[in-house]
Amino acid sequence: MPDKPKPKRDLNRRDMPKQSPKVRRQNFNEVALGYTVELAREEAERCLQCKNPKCVPMCPVEIDIPGFIRGIAENNFAQGTQTLKNKNLLPAVCGRVCPQEEQCEKGCILNKRGAPVAIGRLERFLADWEAAQGEAEIPKLTRSTGKKVAIVGGGPAGLTVAGDLIRLGHKVTIFEALHEMGGVLVYGIPEFRLPKAIVKREVEYLRKLGVEIRTNFVVGKTRTVDSLLEEYDAVFVGSGAGLPWFMQIPGENLNGVYSANEYLTRMNLMKGYLFPEFDTPIKNHHRVAVVGGGNVAMDCARTALRLGADEVHIIYRRSRQELPARLEEVENAEEEGVIFDFLTLPLRYIGDENGWVKEIECLKMELGEPDASGRRRPVPIEGSNYMLSMDAVICAIGNSPNPLIPETTPGMEVGKWGNIKADEATGKTSKARVWAGGDVVSGAATVILAMGAGRIAARSIHEYLMNGKT
Amino acid sequence: MFEIVESQMIVPNLHQLTVRAPDVVQDVKSGQFVILRAEDEGERIPLSIADWDAKAGTVTVFFLNVGATTSKLAALRAGDSIPTVVGPLGVPTEIDNYGTVLCLGGCYGIGSIYPIARDLKKAGNRVITVIEARSSYLFYWEEKLKTVSDEMFFITRDGTRGYKGHVPRLQEIMQAVGGEIDRVIINGCTFLVKLGSEVTRPSGTKTIVSLAPIMIDGTGMCGVCRVTIGDSTRFACVHGPDFDGHQVNWEELLKRRKMYFNEEVVPLHTSRCEAHSAEISG
Repeated sequence: MPDKPKPKRDLNRRDMPKQSPKVRRQNFNEVALGYTVELAREEAERCLQCKNPKCVPMCPVEIDIPGFIRGIAENNFAQGTQTLKNKNLLPAVCGRVCPQEEQCEKGCILNKRGAPVAIGRLERFLADWEAAQGEAEIPKLTRSTGKKVAIVGGGPAGLTVAGDLIRLGHKVTIFEALHEMGGVLVYGIPEFRLPKAIVKREVEYLRKLGVEIRTNFVVGKTRTVDSLLEEYDAVFVGSGAGLPWFMQIPGENLNGVYSANEYLTRMNLMKGYLFPEFDTPIKNHHRVAVVGGGNVAMDCARTALRLGADEVHIIYRRSRQELPARLEEVENAEEEGVIFDFLTLPLRYIGDENGWVKEIECLKMELGEPDASGRRRPVPIEGSNYMLSMDAVICAIGNSPNPLIPETTPGMEVGKWGNIKADEATGKTSKARVWAGGDVVSGAATVILAMGAGRIAARSIHEYLMNGKT
Repeated sequence: MFEIVESQMIVPNLHQLTVRAPDVVQDVKSGQFVILRAEDEGERIPLSIADWDAKAGTVTVFFLNVGATTSKLAALRAGDSIPTVVGPLGVPTEIDNYGTVLCLGGCYGIGSIYPIARDLKKAGNRVITVIEARSSYLFYWEEKLKTVSDEMFFITRDGTRGYKGHVPRLQEIMQAVGGEIDRVIINGCTFLVKLGSEVTRPSGTKTIVSLAPIMIDGTGMCGVCRVTIGDSTRFACVHGPDFDGHQVNWEELLKRRKMYFNEEVVPLHTSRCEAHSAEISG
């Protein structure tokens, strides 16, 4: 006789509570509130604990996903946290900003039966649970190897390399150009998506592990990579994609036309939204256009709304289907009232007599044949020009790697976009004892990919430091 | 934290600040700048480097007290410290043996033209230094500049010293010097460097100006400091701050400089100075 039938598995992911759109439009507090213990356990119990999990290979840092979820399901949060942090030192960050739907969750077998396990939300749950317990536990460190590694850039890639190498017994120093650690996590991602206190906490954890942190230090200017090589056994460059693109159309230097980096840095790093408590000034714009369709564009648009803009438009040259932003962020933006102008291309910006932007001339597009990226190519519709009245434009069409390091590091090979060339399997550059990873190699990408590149480089650096081989 | 070694108002409303920043002076060259913050809630502002002492690890800058940040900086005394001094940033001024070089400085540029004149002198140039101010009591570092100049001239708007008027008088100075001027280098506020560039435009004398647009990070990341040079957009923080004065789109730069004019006045009057705001509201 068979056992009594198993209870039917619930295919519905547990929703994560969020601030209501109306309320959150008025504040910079985090939009998603996180799972309660009950919701987390219910969601964790949906995990099938596959013997050959398909989610793990989809994770750039190879987290033992079924392992940490088991911890939650079994009510052993400490165990779950430990499993999680074995492979990921920034779980509170990744749980919030990773594109899980494209990575771990895409691999989840439950995709075929409704909806994948909400891996990202569970990751976030454990990280937040740990933070609520007070001081994070400091793992035992291996004996010092006496080797020294310099890390250029305090963003996701650099933080990962630092965390991996310090646990292997190497002495690690991070050099960060800005006055705060975290790179794009602090200057680029808004408070409502990633509270800065979380980044601080994760950086503090690294500091406790013994990582030396030197902020206000621009490698390439304050000192060169070559000069660091005199003092350190190896150098990792994770300086990010810090050179904003503009479209090279008329009027881009008008007042009120921002790069996404400027707008977000002013707001996030320099706390412009707390002006005048903080000194960094910001403008009250009423009608704001954001050009671009990625996560950065969504962040800019939602920030502009929170600053009190009456109308915020996203101008994107393809259709909703091709938006590169995470679906969740697009939905958040829509809920909050961001207006999407799809199949629209800005042609030029027109200013008033004081040099401030007041109008955008746009052109309607239609989709043609797929291009090299596999997405259907936007084709202009002749004569469809029209004007949009706007008092601010934020250009969020991408960044190329910051040229400071390639320009000041002789012998370092760069690609045609100025990205540092690094071996995919090791992160090694053409220059001896120098590794690189993250956006400076890949071009603007995601936090987790930068962390994955950091992990690969750390492994190779360790190999070199211990065996002299790379 | 970066310790203030010396802080003084050197002439009315213009402050000299010397701060310990040993990393900055390891490889600093004339024409570069630093970005600093006066306090944790402070904005990042760029200031030209006027001098440094590699042994003591100190760097000296001048600034005009005009907004929230500069008024806080001005209130600092020796022994206080500030949270950010980062640099040296920007491309150093090109130094070579050009022949005769005229260095023009006004306002904070009187200070920041000094290391440039010094290096040009060292490189074998005949250095003519011209400094400009509203009135003679606004000059400073005159003795220091003399030590690196073959000749010195003064322009004051009220005529209390040297040539009376404004930068257009530079034309006469260039004639008075005799012989060819091979290069002109100008440091100071946007208006001054623009006027100077207009003076040399007809003769086409190569004129290098140091630009000071609004900046945030100073490493090319944010792009707020973009200026139109000839047909292309350049970032003053990484491609400059020096540019060919005859190629700069001055109208655009002057407008961009004023972007936050209204907002700069607000923090000046609200920056946690309650007594003062009570006074304003009556």
